[in-house]
Amino acid sequence: MQETISAVLLILGSLFMLVAGLGIVRMPDLFMRMSCATKASTLGVGFLLLAVAIAFWHLGVSSRAVATIIFVALTAPVAAHMIGRAGYIVRAPLWENSIVDQLCDRYDRCSLELGSYPHEPVEDDPRENPDEAG
Amino acid sequence: MSLMPIALAISVTLLSLSVVLAFVRLVLGPSLPDRVVALDLLSTIGIGAIAVYAIATGEAVFLDVASVLALVSFLSVVAFAHYLERKIQAEEQKTKGEVNVNGL
Repeated sequence: MQETISAVLLILGSLFMLVAGLGIVRMPDLFMRMSCATKASTLGVGFLLLAVAIAFWHLGVSSRAVATIIFVALTAPVAAHMIGRAGYIVRAPLWENSIVDQLCDRYDRCSLELGSYPHEPVEDDPRENPDEAG
Repeated sequence: MSLMPIALAISVTLLSLSVVLAFVRLVLGPSLPDRVVALDLLSTIGIGAIAVYAIATGEAVFLDVASVLALVSFLSVVAFAHYLERKIQAEEQKTKGEVNVNGL
């Protein structure tokens, strides 16, 4: 019974890994590639480590496997967020059929701060306008 | 049970296929963030391959390697992102006095 569950989880996790690989090759855009790779590979690693935890049915081994699952599930979105932010800041090109870019003009290029309104280019004033901030 | 060796063979095959696909993106990737994402995917596939290898050999010690690899890949991606952002920020601050940046 344990072996059957573990084998099914192994195949399922490897299939998700294959989906991640296909997504990172076939998607047209950095952000879509990142979405595919991060989500599918996190799920795939989760299934594979769960297969380990079920195959060895031992407290020390299974707790280590579950701890690794938790660690990956916590750190993968953070890593994807940071690399996506860096990709937007270095102006990785969007897909040509993209409809809207909601972050457009909202990053201050110097301080890398995200505002809730577009940065208006002012002619004679300095770019940072402290009165308008509140 | 003879289900486990078959599952291990299928799993190793799919993982190696996915490593090949990630390497394709690592070679083709037009920009540096694409390559960083491909490297992140490669190390994640490595964690999965270590898990499969731990089942295949029956050695539980490999799980420590998997968790250390997860930690190192997370740190490397964060360091790459920090490096990219700081590089752009330094360039913008260098040209701030001369050129008035118009919107985008």
